[in-house]
This record gives sequence, C-alpha cells and structure tokens, in this order.
Amino acid sequence: MEAPIRATHILGFALFFLLFFVCRSSPLHDLLISSAERRIDLTSHIVKVYLTLKVENAGSSPTSEILLAFPPTQVDHLATVEALVTKGKRKKTTLVRLDVKPTELPDAPNGTKYFTIYLANPLNSGESTTLEVLYLFTHSLEPFPAEIGQSESQLVYYRDSALILSPYHIKQQTTFIKTPSTKVESFTRVEPTNRAGTEMKYGPYEDHPPYSSSPILIHFENNSPFPVVEELVREVEISHWGNLQVTEQYTLVHGGARHKGVFSRVEYQSRPTLSGTSSLRYLLARLPPRVHSVYYRDEIGNISSSHLRTDSRKSELEIEPRYPLFGGWKATFIIGYGLPLQDFLFESSDDRRYLNFTFGCPLLETVVDKLTVKVVLPEGSKDPSAVVPFPVEQHLETKYSYLDVVGRTVVVMEKKNLVPSHNSHFQVHYTFKPIFMLAEPLMLASAFFLFFVACVAYLHIDLSIRK
Amino acid sequence: MAAPETSTAAVPTLHTNNTVRNAFGGVLSFFILLLIGVLAFSIRLFSVIKYESVIHEFDPYFNYRVTQFLTKKGIYDFWNWFDDRTWYPLGRVIGGTVYPGLTLTAGTIWWLLNSLNIPLSVETVCVFTAPIFSAFASWATYLLTKEVKGAGAGLTAAVLLAMVPSYISRSVAGSYDNEAVAIFALIFTFYLYIKTLNTGSLFYATLNSIAYFYMVCSWGGYTFIINLIPMHVLLCIVTGRYSSRLYIAYAPLVVLGTLLAALVPVVGFNAVMTSEHFASFLVFIIIHVVAFVYYIKGILSPKMFKVAVTLVVSVGLAVCCAVIAVLIALVASSPTKGWSGRSLSLLDPTYASKYIPIIASVSEHQPPTWPSYFMDINVLAFLVPAGIIACFLPLTDASSFVVLYIATSVYFSGVMVRLMLVLAPAACITSGIALSEAFDALTGSIKFQLPGVSTDAEVDAGETSSDTTEAQNDEVKAEKPEETSKDRRSKKSKKKEREHVERPSAKAKVKTKAEKKRLLALPLEASAVSLLLLIVLGAFYVVHCVWAAAEAYSAPSIVLTSRSRDGLHVFDDFREAYSWLRHNTDVDDKVASWWDYGYQTTAMANRTVIVDNNTWNNTHIATVGTAMSSPEKAAWEIFHSLDVKYVLVVFGGLVGYPSDDINKFLWMVRIGGGVFPHIKEPDYLRDGQYRIDSQATPTMLNCLMYKLSYYRFVETDGKAYDKVRRTEIGKKYFKLTHFEEVFTTHHWMVRIYKLKAPKNRIRGKTKKSKSKTSSSSSSKTSGTKKKNPWH
Repeated sequence: MEAPIRATHILGFALFFLLFFVCRSSPLHDLLISSAERRIDLTSHIVKVYLTLKVENAGSSPTSEILLAFPPTQVDHLATVEALVTKGKRKKTTLVRLDVKPTELPDAPNGTKYFTIYLANPLNSGESTTLEVLYLFTHSLEPFPAEIGQSESQLVYYRDSALILSPYHIKQQTTFIKTPSTKVESFTRVEPTNRAGTEMKYGPYEDHPPYSSSPILIHFENNSPFPVVEELVREVEISHWGNLQVTEQYTLVHGGARHKGVFSRVEYQSRPTLSGTSSLRYLLARLPPRVHSVYYRDEIGNISSSHLRTDSRKSELEIEPRYPLFGGWKATFIIGYGLPLQDFLFESSDDRRYLNFTFGCPLLETVVDKLTVKVVLPEGSKDPSAVVPFPVEQHLETKYSYLDVVGRTVVVMEKKNLVPSHNSHFQVHYTFKPIFMLAEPLMLASAFFLFFVACVAYLHIDLSIRK
Repeated sequence: MAAPETSTAAVPTLHTNNTVRNAFGGVLSFFILLLIGVLAFSIRLFSVIKYESVIHEFDPYFNYRVTQFLTKKGIYDFWNWFDDRTWYPLGRVIGGTVYPGLTLTAGTIWWLLNSLNIPLSVETVCVFTAPIFSAFASWATYLLTKEVKGAGAGLTAAVLLAMVPSYISRSVAGSYDNEAVAIFALIFTFYLYIKTLNTGSLFYATLNSIAYFYMVCSWGGYTFIINLIPMHVLLCIVTGRYSSRLYIAYAPLVVLGTLLAALVPVVGFNAVMTSEHFASFLVFIIIHVVAFVYYIKGILSPKMFKVAVTLVVSVGLAVCCAVIAVLIALVASSPTKGWSGRSLSLLDPTYASKYIPIIASVSEHQPPTWPSYFMDINVLAFLVPAGIIACFLPLTDASSFVVLYIATSVYFSGVMVRLMLVLAPAACITSGIALSEAFDALTGSIKFQLPGVSTDAEVDAGETSSDTTEAQNDEVKAEKPEETSKDRRSKKSKKKEREHVERPSAKAKVKTKAEKKRLLALPLEASAVSLLLLIVLGAFYVVHCVWAAAEAYSAPSIVLTSRSRDGLHVFDDFREAYSWLRHNTDVDDKVASWWDYGYQTTAMANRTVIVDNNTWNNTHIATVGTAMSSPEKAAWEIFHSLDVKYVLVVFGGLVGYPSDDINKFLWMVRIGGGVFPHIKEPDYLRDGQYRIDSQATPTMLNCLMYKLSYYRFVETDGKAYDKVRRTEIGKKYFKLTHFEEVFTTHHWMVRIYKLKAPKNRIRGKTKKSKSKTSSSSSSKTSGTKKKNPWH
C-alpha cells in the first residue's frame, strides 16, 4: 500500500507545481483547508457524504469562490451537492445555504470535475470560515457477488479514497464511514484505520497536498432493498374548476444484487427474516395533504395492496408491488391522485398565476434515474415560464384533452439522477383569462342546441317529392 | 294508425283530443325507452363498482388485445395480422379467423371519441361496449315487439330484456365478448325482417341485409338467423300466407345477405359452401317457385291452371329429385356432412361428447340444468307459454315468427348452456306480449266495471293495444300510433286508398267490439287481485335480476374476493403472475399452460403461448395435454422440443379455488389420449374414480401436473391438505429434476416453473443414467418413451 501512495504523492506534487506555474494568477492556491472531517453514510443505497471544511484564506486578496473536486467516476453518480455556512457565534448559529455550481477548469488533472461554492461574503486574507457540504451519490454500491440466491444476504462494494480530493492543501483530515451492520467482509487499511461497531475511521491524516488520493474498497453487507425508478413521468394537470390531477408512471427496478435461480414462496412466507431479506416488499409515498381519489394500478388493472393514511399535514400511501421485487426484478405501475387547487395555485402581483408544486419523486428513499415532469396548463393559458431551483431541461408540448380545440400547453421538464432531496418546490407562471373556462360548456350547449334545432327542423319539413 | 281512424269514426270532436293524447303517449314512450336504456346500461355496472373497470374472463382478453392492435396499427394491418405470439410455432392468422364485428365496433367508438378529443383509453371503451349495446338491444326489442303486438308489449318486452339475467351474464361491463354486440344485431335483424314483412318496403329489406351483415361480422351465431328466417318463410308458404311482402322480405335478404356475408374473411366461401346455409337457398328456390305459381295463377284461367300444375309437378318432381340426389351426394362426400362440429353438436347433442372432447370440455357447451333456466330467465319461464298463446290470438305473420323463434331457441338452449343467450330475447318478447295482454285485459275490465268510466269504455276500447293488434290483423300496415296526421303526410296519402276499402268493415268492427268487450270483461275484484299479483311477479323478477347482476354475474373471474369475518379478502394472483411474467422474463420466451389461460397470457403478460382459447388445432392442444399427463422427463422433452421456457399451472389447493388445473386434468388426459394413444384415461383413475390422495394410481402421482401443482405443498401446513379435493395428497415429498420453481403467487394460485437447461453431455454419464432410468422405471414409462410423438 505504501508504494502506490507515495507514487500518487509524487504525482500530486508534480501536478501541484504544474498547476502552480500555469495559473499563478488564480486565487486557487491562496486557500487552504485547515481541517476537514468527512462522514460517509452507507446505510441505504443512496450514499450520503457530510463534509465539514474549515477554509482559510492564506493569500493576499479576498476571495469568494471555493472549489470542490470530484473524480470523474464519482461525478457521474453525483446527484446533488449542497453547501451551508454557519453564521453567528456560539449558540445563535444559523445555517445559510450557499450557491453551488459546476465549474469547468481548463486543465483539471485526470479529468477531475469541479463544483464552485460561492460565499455570501468574500473571505478576506487571513480569515477562515467553516463550510458544511452535503453530497449524495447514487448507484455507488456495487453488489458483489452480483447474483445471489433467495436466502443469501446482499454484499456490496464501496469504492472511495481515504483522502479527500481537493485542489487545496489539507492540513488535517478524518473520514468516518458508517455501514448498515457490523458485518464487513473486508476493507482497505490506510493507517491509521480503526473499526468499531458499524463505524470505520480513516485518519487523522496530516498535511496532504492538493489532489492527493488513496483508494479504498469496502466490502460489506447491505440488506436494504435498492429501489430505483428507472423512469418516472409525472403529469400535473391544472383545472381551474378546482382540481389538480397528478398522474405518476413508474418503472421500478430493484437495483441490488440480481436474483438467481429458484424463488420459493413457501420459504419466503415461512422464514421472512432469512429468506429474501433484501427483497422490496413495499414502498411508502409521501403525498401532499388533502389528497383525494387516489388510485394505484398498472397496465392490467388495479393493484389491490395499498393503504392510505391521511392527516392534516401529510398523506402517506403505502403501496406493495404485485409481487415482491428481488434484485433485478422490474415492475411498472401508475399512481394518480387529485388535490385541491387552492393549495397549489396562487396569483402573483402582475396578474399572472403560478403553480407551486414539488418536483421530485414522492417515494421515500428512492433513486430516480430519469424524471419527466409535465405541467399541463388549462386551455388558453399563455406565456408559461418555469422556475426550478436546479438546472433542468425544458421544452413545451401541446396536449389535447377532453373536447379541446386549440390544445393545452404542456411545460415539460426533464432531469436525470434524482434523490429524495430534490423534492423541493418549483413554480410555473402563466397568464390565464377565466373566460376560457366557459369555452367547453358553451361548446357543448351549442352542439346540443344545434342538434335539437335540426331535429325540430326535420320534423317540420316535408321532404316528399310527390304529394 | 288504427287508433285515430276508429276514433274519428266514432266521435269526430274527439279527434284533436286524441291527437294530443297520442303525442303525449309518444313522448311518454320515448322517455320510457330512454329510461330503459339507462337501466340496461346501469344494471351492468355492478362489476365496475364492486370490482374495477377491467376486462373479464378469457375470450374478452383476446378481443381486447385485437382491439388494441386495431387502434394502434389501423384496419389494413388488422386484416393482415399474423399473430406469432400464440400457437407457437404455428402462429395464427387473426384477420382471417376472427369475427371482426365487435373489434371494429369498439375501434370505431374509440376513434370517434378520440377525434372529438375525448381521450378515453381503449380499455375503457372495451369495458363499456357491452352495456351500451345492451341498451341498443333493449330498444331493438321494443321495435321488434311493437311490430308484432303494439307499443305496450314493446315497452314491456324492452324492460324485461334490459335486465334479463341470461343476457346480463354476457354483457356486464368488462365482458367484452362477441355476444355483447351480437344479441343486439340478432334482434335488430329480426326487427327489420318483421318490419319488411309488415310493410313490404324494399328499403327495409336492404337495411335488413345490412343488419344481417353486421350480425355475420359479429358472431358465429348468425347461422341461427339464416336458418330461422327460411323456416319462417317456409311456414308462411305452407300455411298459405304467401304474399309479395314475404317475397320482398326474404329474397333480397338471401341474395344481398349472402354476398355481404362472403365479404367477411372468416366466413368467406362458407356462406355458400357449408350445410348451415343450404336451408336458405332451398327456401329461396321454393319461394320463387311459389311466386311463379301465384303469377301463373293470376294470368291463367282456373282450368288452364290445373293442366299447367299437373304438367309442372310431374316434370318438376323429376328435376328436384335429380338435384337433391346430387346435393346429397356432394354433402355426404365430406366427413362431417358439411357441418361444423359445433353445429353438429347442436343437431345431435351427444355428438361432441362422443367425438370432440375439446368441445365437450368447455363448460358452456354442456346442456343446462333446470335451475339454470330459473336462474337465467326467472319468471319469464312461466310467462312464455302465455305469450305463445297470446301470439296465436290472432296469428299474424309477425307473431308466427315469434312463436317459431321461441320454439327453436328453447331447443337450442336445451343443448348448450351458452345458447340460453339466444333464448333470452325470445323469452322476453313472448313474456312482454303476455304481460301486456294481461294488463290490457285486466285494466280494460276494471275500466269497464268502474261506474262513471263505462260511458267512455267504447271509445277507450279503440285505443288499447289489443285492439290495435286486431286491426293489424285486417290491415297489416298498422302504423305507429304516435304518427300524427301532421307529418309524413305523403306516406299516409299512399295508404289512404287501402284504408278507404277497409273503413266500412272497421266501423262494423267497433260496434261488435263493444259487445265482445262486455262479454270478455272479468269481475272487478278478480281483475284487481290478478293485477296485483302480476305486479308482484314483476317485482320478484326485478329483485332477482338485480341480485343476479350484483352478485352472480359481476365477478370478473381474474380477481376473486371472499368475505370472511376479518373483512374482504382479495385474491389477485392471476394478475400477479402475469405481471411477473411480463416484467421479469425475456420478451420472446414461450410459456406453456393449459389452453384456458392462453388468451390471458398473451394479453396480460405479452408472452408467446403454445395453445390458447381459440381451439383450432386439436393436435397441438393434445400435445400440451400429453406433456401435462406425462412423467417429468417425457414432459420436459415435449416442452423442450416446443421451445418452451416456462410452464404455468393454476393450483387452488391452498385457498380452495375449485376451477384449477387438477380439476381440469382429466380433460387434458382425454384430449391428449385422443391423439396420442399411449395416454390412457384408466391409468389415472382408481376404480373409475379420479383421486389424488394416497389411493391414486402411480401414473397420476408421477405425472407432471401433479408434481407441478403440489411441489413443496407439504411445507405449508405439514400435512399437505388440499382444500379443493378435501383430502391429503398422495405423494407429499418429491423433488423436481427437470423443472425449477421460479415464481409462485401469494396464495399459490399460479405457479410458474422454468425448464432446466439440458445437462452437458458427458459420454460415460449419459449412458449410465439412461440405463439407470430404463431399469428403474416401470415398463409403462419405457413404453411411453417409445411412443413419444416427439422422438
């Protein structure tokens, strides 16, 4: 283990100097991290990393940008990055959210990707601040063995680096890794390394130059099911008659170790603790309060195994797929529900209306690979614009629903790789004249009127040729 | 027509009053009909309310799948559709083997709604097609009965049909089957036939052939029409009722109808080549001969005519004999005498059970039991005889048709449970007539007896429908009573001349009628009581129908429920299994199961099946039956040769679901044994009894179906107690060597096994195992191997 580490050190130093000479002018190396603590939570299939950085400005000029670095293998699985800064002193500390944006640097070593944290107040030279960074990875636990039988437990690999990848010099760092159970098959030791119960401690490591890394591999038991929604289409239809209809189409897959060979119902039923422990038996969806007419079905009909619990603050829908999902098994289903419009639709000051709704997937602890949110505006609405707290792909479509003539404008938003923390609110603004609400009733009324007139006319006209 | 006519004759001042009354009656009957339509539609929604909006049972799933294909790919691809998902490896030509009426109807409704931007799914349209068409059917019944016995009988018959349980059983929401639209088409065709017969209008005759075409598109039962109408025509000719109206009602139907029927791919040349249609051609010839004779009679003097008759009869007999001899020779040359198996089993009820076990195995092809008559047509069974009597008082062309219809359909329903459906409309029509006549007589006599009203009795008598029918007897051109003098003046003027001739006699009738009425009037108390009893009878019928619709016939059969002390239990195992197959097997995997589940597997799981409910290839079904009744290794070989990857069995032993594969197993043995003689039914029976307990034969306990059903069943309760057969099973502990369990549903109702991959051949080992099996297995199994069709 020593030799490769030294090699990376040398490489790191080389890169460091190279960078130092190339971009002297940038404030990159004026900063240094005096202490860093990282906590990696591996209990579910979404890997949560809490990073506490104490950043010090050792340069001469004030700076307000701090870079976070990620290796390219991790960046593909990175779902979200959040940064918070503590304000105030002692007991009156409050956390303030900071802007984080992906950044391209011209000569990143080994394809390293960066995120920039923008501080609210520039950090003057000599000052230091503490940042709390939270980021989540999906699909980062690799099942090994990749295929398991019904009664075997699910073992997974987690790969990371014992040292935090950073473009800055880190004086002191520690990494804590929490596993779901005490059953750990193997793990890489980078001294000093300790393991106690479900927690492993790497470090503290002192004085590591920028871009230093030390790969580690942990092989441990994770029997929690890995619910992954491969594709989710949420359609939110606004009706100004007072209803908001939501339809969600799921393609669910168990992303854990693939099921191999026999599925025996008798074992599954008689020994639920031993057999099929990592199988996905039920899911919990958290829906908004005052939800009504909830349905849960798939392409061949209603699925009868679901429970709805409602109270004044939230509604919980517990759903069971038609069959327990073992690793690699798939299921598709549709959840639909109606909501009172006044909870979600508001009028803004400039005579426009806006819908305020949650973006992500209502299922708990679920990764969504691809999410499409479609907001169907009522017929006759104009100038739609969407405000989403994170970057999404947007375009407009037209949909024809009940007796539409010109069609309804649909705002389509697409995003890949979502985790539950994306369940924040988004807004769609549009203008709508209430007179359009009467278009369809008037159309129907006139159609019936014409029909009756035609009937009366037919009865009163003598069409015979010969009298 | 008759009503205003007689009233003007009696009291001229009442004319305007009566017009208003008739207009009011017209509006009233329009709204009653509307309500009947609503009733017919809504009584069939119990299945949606109690269960869900879902397609029911087996055949509807196929129709649903075809409709999906039609709406997705269009009509031309539909005609050319070769389905490679069924009957693997043979496939099936769907476009040419399916009655397209239902599919095209639902497809058209869907297309119409979608072009109006009403985005209903294909499934929703399919689910509600049957209730919509039952509303149409009750309206058609109204029209038909009105032609026969007037509007009152029509309304009564329409109400009865709207909720007759027999028809409900085939047309609840979700029961998306051919019969749903075919019953409407059947009644409507009959209506148009009667209408043509009554009016002699070529317009209605053309409409009649188009309605017949729709019926041919919809259901194989169209042969009932093309045999019943010729029978009626023949009856009319024999009883001396030949008229030009009869000719117009019949001849265009045969010519146009046959041409149109030949356009339907599934019928094609059968419309002229099979024996089912020969009766119509024969009668076609006869009616022409008769028409010719009447014509000749008209232009010749009676003496000349007699000479001509003797001449023609002698020559004609000789020619007829020759033609009939040729026909008989042609027909006799084909093995089934030109009749299809199902038709033959209608003529000879024992035919199917003797020769075609596959037809006999279907429960709806069995003869019905007496309780099923009471269940399906209820009080109508008692009203039908009264209705038949009413049809003879007086006997018209139309009412003789109804009598013939009820007589033939009673016979057919006695042969097959399924044809109870054809009986239901006939029973409704005759009972409607009976009820309406009875009400007429009773209310008429009450009216007559009550003081104060009696002065009007003479006038009122002219309006009752019984009178209308009597008038109909004289002038068959009876028009709708609501047709006022204002509209359709042109039509009226045409008929004026005829009425002028009849008027004096009608006047005389009215006077004698009043006399008759006085004689026929029943005592007040008796009529009031019997009126009450009739109402009670009607109420009983309504209660029974609602109960039947709600409880007996609304279960979709793919999802079962049971009520126990701790609430409602839902058994959704079928869809669980199909959904599992759909999402967790390869798209091109082949699934073998007994043919009952073929349609559902292709529609719900979207996987290729070996056999399905369209039982066109007996050998293929027999192959699957043979595999199911063979020991494991032989079965594996058969399935492997058919490229099967999964085997699906339905097992009810854990929860007590009686129509599972073990109970159907004897049919698999019979059908399999019919083609492959090494499967012998007695091998599976102990002393003629079918049993799966410790007394069962070793052949039974070693066959694949037994093993797949009961594999590891003993581990559920330790005793392996089968709740359907109410016994402990014979062989409890065994292993599977060539199959592995890959999925079993929550209540064990569907079990799916995967064929294990063939073992790698190691020279020494295979030899060894071969010698081992041959030595260990009984002589029977080695015999099996030799006769195995797949070697």
